Amino acid sequence: MSHNTLLVFEVTILVLAIFLGIEVISKVPALLHTPLMSGTNAIHGVVIVGAMLVLGLGHKGPFTWIIGFLAVVLASANVVGGFVVTDRMLEMFKKRERPPKDS
Amino acid sequence: MSTNVSNLLYLVTIVTFILALRFLSSPAHARRGNQLGAVGMLVAIVVTWIKTGGTSWWALALGMLVGGGFGAVAARKVKMTAMPQMVALFNGVGGGAAALISLAELHRILPDPGRPKIDIGLAIVLSGLIGAVSFAGSMIAFGKLQELISGRPITYPGQQFVNAGLFLACLTAGIALVAGVQDEWLLWLLTAGAAIFGLLFVLPIGGADMPVVISLLNAFTGLAVALGGFELESNVLIVSGMLVGASGTMLTLMMGRAMNRSITNVLFGAFGQVTAGAAAVAAGDGGAVRSATAEDVAVMLAYAHKVVFVPGYGLAVAQAQHDVRQLADLLEAKGVEVTYAIHPVAGRMPGHMNVLLAEANVPYPQLKEMDEANPEFARTDVAVIVGANDVVNPDARNNQGSPIYGMPILNVDDAQSVVVLKRSMNPGFAGIENPLFYNPKTVMLFGDAKASIGELISDVKTL
Repeated sequence: MSHNTLLVFEVTILVLAIFLGIEVISKVPALLHTPLMSGTNAIHGVVIVGAMLVLGLGHKGPFTWIIGFLAVVLASANVVGGFVVTDRMLEMFKKRERPPKDS
Repeated sequence: MSTNVSNLLYLVTIVTFILALRFLSSPAHARRGNQLGAVGMLVAIVVTWIKTGGTSWWALALGMLVGGGFGAVAARKVKMTAMPQMVALFNGVGGGAAALISLAELHRILPDPGRPKIDIGLAIVLSGLIGAVSFAGSMIAFGKLQELISGRPITYPGQQFVNAGLFLACLTAGIALVAGVQDEWLLWLLTAGAAIFGLLFVLPIGGADMPVVISLLNAFTGLAVALGGFELESNVLIVSGMLVGASGTMLTLMMGRAMNRSITNVLFGAFGQVTAGAAAVAAGDGGAVRSATAEDVAVMLAYAHKVVFVPGYGLAVAQAQHDVRQLADLLEAKGVEVTYAIHPVAGRMPGHMNVLLAEANVPYPQLKEMDEANPEFARTDVAVIVGANDVVNPDARNNQGSPIYGMPILNVDDAQSVVVLKRSMNPGFAGIENPLFYNPKTVMLFGDAKASIGELISDVKTL
């Protein structure tokens, strides 16, 4: 694929993703807005793919190595932290399943 | 692994992310959606690992161990009340990673003969810029929420000019880079400038406006990641990043609408500075404040038909969510109908109060959104305000001179009586007086919210 064909293709999916993002989000109730923020936060942790490519591929100089390593560290914190926090939050939303309290 | 195979596997990742967001439409299956997203992320990581073909695998492993370990420990240890700053922190590091990728990419392509392709140059510049703003801005938001720095707006004369100047300087450096000035230092300067801009840009924003800011910075990071996808020709980055960018922007706009303020006003208004005039004026229209004892309030609550709790950021600060639930349980056992009215911008993050109350095992059908809650106040006997202030301020309806005039509020003054749990008569975070406190229907129960509710619990038990 020539560079320009690829670019047009990439712009196409970018624009489609905008509409998809708006569409999907409009169905989320205000009740879940915090997990929504935190969940999308985890999703942009996909930047780890980019960080891994920088560190793992490309020509190696100490410069690329250090920058890539830092990027992998930051992105991994984003991924793991994002998903774990979201899971902890969503675990708490229950309909009515209270443990019997002896109060 | 061929590029086609890896791209198809990345498509699987994209689908799981979309489903993760789609499943968030109901609390019943939201958790499964998130877990599905995590599996999708794992797929992407494994595919990328194989793609790198084992080069510097130990560096990858070490980096992931350090970052992932930190993320896991921080996410497990954090208290539910500290969730907004944790989200800000994880958002910031994502933006930082995107900015670093830009620096590394420019370094990689610069030695090539001829100037970099204009679209790649543009993606590098924008991703570096937005990622750095998001990183630094999120760190300040984290600092403010963690109370490492004052949550009040920090302003100085000429602030807007300094910010504008800095922004223009970054923009100029960016244009020069895209136009083909082959100097890596320019990108470093640009990234550093953008980071300082991010700092200065969030500093003057008050704590009460944090839901909007965090949501906006989240959108920024998403956008930076999507642009990073153009640099690396990676569909999974483009689609996932843009999903987040679009949804974050939508959420930001929704928050702005909930406060009836434009996003520009939130970002540049330095809302919530303590103005000497405001307090003096409000004190003038007099009216006495009635203070009640816990016993009085306990009687009011126990003999009510319907009680509505209105939580605000004060609930999070006092960590009183479990106590509120206990009190609600006691009241329900006495046949009182209990619900919670949640304002869209109560707290420091969109939906903050819902998470806190869910932590205390409050069943979510009892959590009412503003539109659902407001008509109910007319048949409510007691509205109990726990650490909320501006979102119940009738000035937003009646007083055109008020800074929050026009903001949709919870109409608690429609209830038979109102109980306000408050530490003292200090104005709330936005520094605005609240005539609700002087309303003849209102009684104040002064003290720490957690302690006050504790007293109410023991008093209700004796009734």
